[in-house]
Amino acid sequence: MGAASKLFLDESKVARARASASNIADSLTGFVRARTTVAVERTLLRLLGVDGIEEQGIPLPNVVVDQLARAGRLDRGVMLPFCSAMAALGLEPQQVAEAAARGELDLGTWEIHNEAEARALGERIGAEAVARVGRTAEERRERMARLSPPNETMLYVIVATGNIFEDAVQGKAAAVQGADVIAVIRSTGQSLLDFVPYGETTEGFGGTYATQANFRVMRTALDEVGERINRYVLLTNYCSGLCMPEIAAMGALERLDMMLNDALYGILFRDINPERTLIDQYFSRMINAHAGVIINTGEDNYLTTDDAIEATHTVLASQLINEQLAFRSGLQPWQLGLGHAFEMDPAARDGFLMELAQAQLVREVFPDHKLKYMPPTRYMTGNVFKGYVQDAMFNLVTAWTKQGIQLLGMHTEAMHTPHMHDRHMAIESARYILNNAASIGDEVEFKRDGLVVRRAHETVEQTMGLLEEVESMGLFEALAAGRFADVKRRRDGGRGRAGVVVRAADYFNPIEAGLRAALQLDANEASHGNHR
Amino acid sequence: MAIIGRTGATPPDLTRVRPYGDTLDDGAVQLSFTLPVPFGDEAREAARLMALGMGLTEPSIYHGADLGEGYSFFIVYARTAVTVDFTKVVVPKVEGRRMTKTEIDTFISEQVGRKLVLLGACTGTDAHTVGIDAIMNLKGISGEKGLESYHEIEAHNLGSQVSNEALIEAAYRYNADALLVSQIVTQKDVHKTNLTELIELLEAEGLRDKLVVVAGGPRIGHELALELGYDAGFGPGTLAPDVAGFVAQQVVARGLATRGLLRGGKAG
Repeated sequence: MGAASKLFLDESKVARARASASNIADSLTGFVRARTTVAVERTLLRLLGVDGIEEQGIPLPNVVVDQLARAGRLDRGVMLPFCSAMAALGLEPQQVAEAAARGELDLGTWEIHNEAEARALGERIGAEAVARVGRTAEERRERMARLSPPNETMLYVIVATGNIFEDAVQGKAAAVQGADVIAVIRSTGQSLLDFVPYGETTEGFGGTYATQANFRVMRTALDEVGERINRYVLLTNYCSGLCMPEIAAMGALERLDMMLNDALYGILFRDINPERTLIDQYFSRMINAHAGVIINTGEDNYLTTDDAIEATHTVLASQLINEQLAFRSGLQPWQLGLGHAFEMDPAARDGFLMELAQAQLVREVFPDHKLKYMPPTRYMTGNVFKGYVQDAMFNLVTAWTKQGIQLLGMHTEAMHTPHMHDRHMAIESARYILNNAASIGDEVEFKRDGLVVRRAHETVEQTMGLLEEVESMGLFEALAAGRFADVKRRRDGGRGRAGVVVRAADYFNPIEAGLRAALQLDANEASHGNHR
Repeated sequence: MAIIGRTGATPPDLTRVRPYGDTLDDGAVQLSFTLPVPFGDEAREAARLMALGMGLTEPSIYHGADLGEGYSFFIVYARTAVTVDFTKVVVPKVEGRRMTKTEIDTFISEQVGRKLVLLGACTGTDAHTVGIDAIMNLKGISGEKGLESYHEIEAHNLGSQVSNEALIEAAYRYNADALLVSQIVTQKDVHKTNLTELIELLEAEGLRDKLVVVAGGPRIGHELALELGYDAGFGPGTLAPDVAGFVAQQVVARGLATRGLLRGGKAG
């Protein structure tokens, strides 16, 4: 930025906007750290290795946590009574959960006579769980070092058949064609389930259920094709909705590489309770941070409900807030796939230049971040021939502004989940344009008083204004007032609020403590090291 | 009688219409598809036979590509001898006069005498609100403002993933005149199940006749909507006045203006 800025940005204005976002993030920390949720507690059990379902299909982590929640005893956390039972009965984590499922053990009435022993056991198995998450990052690093790394602009495609075995074949074919990242779209509605479905699944609507077994099927398939094409193929899924932290844990255990992870998205577009999901996100992102996962945020969606030409600044403002929230959970800039999109009305005069201004602006404000650039969706139609050109224009902006993660547009976007050859055509177009216009951003400069530069400066001004407003009114109030995506969400509304629990003074969560230590979060908080 | 089709050259025989590439009746069609077989000469020949099997003639495989993992992609041009009798084509259309926003507001205030209450929702597990938002929200789409901007309409967009039961509850709560149901996800025909269930629930509640109920979405046609028990179906390209004009005229034609859910007596 500064002298190097192709947009002649005023560095001090960007810094002011970032400082506002930092204050907004700080204002949430106290609230979030004083609470836990049913999903966070279930996550701890999953990280201890609890898996499987009881005879009615309820996942064992739910069985255990529900016992405590019903008894109103979740405020000290699940781990203390759970480890107490483990120690007293001489059982492994899975065995305790199975006993609870059989009705032989009720943690809701379990009396803790061995607290010191339980805490010591919790510390030990908690440390092992944290180490297991860290080993995922190591294994990924080893594999990436051995195989050739993904392309600098990672080509990202989706599969969404509903059948994990079909997804695996389609994912492998896409990798052979040149895709770097395969995302399995989730079955519509899963974000609102307060449990994670179990096992390998072959039926879904508009996508495939995110289950740990399904993660494993895809991981195995992509590792296999990666060895064959000598390139590490990244796997993506959705760490969002009511089970956000549980899916972070499942992803860490099965080595997912990217996760869509954005509480603001869930609040605005899935009507999930703001308090619940911000608490869930704080812990989810610690797991993602330690597992070396790149998160994707969903600001691109703002432009599907709000006007992309008028609401550009809401994307940048939200990205700055998301950046600060991510830093508070220990994520590094390279792990931030901040979302934005090419969603302006194709009929707009000089719309291409406005898109270019926005993409270049985001690139300069977040120089070390991955950035996830999303293709046109809102103005895609059944005219696949025009759609192919719209996607080409989008690809050209990517080539010009060097986006890190390029979600490839499908010319059949408005019609159906991608057909086999839709992905092929999309990859072909992207490779052609990214190569054919590879140095365009280095060669072509913007006029100092031209449309692109003026547009970027206006957006910075508006972003600064919006963030100062949100800072003074508070994030929860800003969401309730419809400041983002033109959608209004009250902090006490939406789904999942009943799962929020205020922590007792002696709340016990050695896994969180272990992650905080591994990520050096306490040191950072004390020294304001998060404010970058 | 108006001239149908082109003028200035040989007119097409409307009883025997065929696709037009660059000569009348050449029957030219383009298609592309993927076969789950490894790429090669055999795959190419299989693509040609596939086109012949479809009843096409002179298929030319202009492009083929290896998609990997045993899949092959083809772009094919061919001709068809099939003809359609255009003079016999009948398409059911949404009834009523197309009106502008101003005309609709005037129509409602003169003919109904109170605001019409319209509820919109993406029902079932469908989370795609792009369509219903374009119709309901103030901003609208393509320069045409949504129903929220109408003086004589009280529009409530209930958003995504609304259960059919919740929609009916809301109908009572708002004393609705019309329900607008949007369905985008159509995988495995989930939209049909969902749309049918709503009608069944409405009938069980004795509400079906007291409400105008319409469906919309990229794969929803008027004919399908009628089949499923709706008053109308609105496909791609629909704008707010299309829906509002239809609903207003239905309310008047069916004498619903004074009945309504609660106005008719039945309490929620």
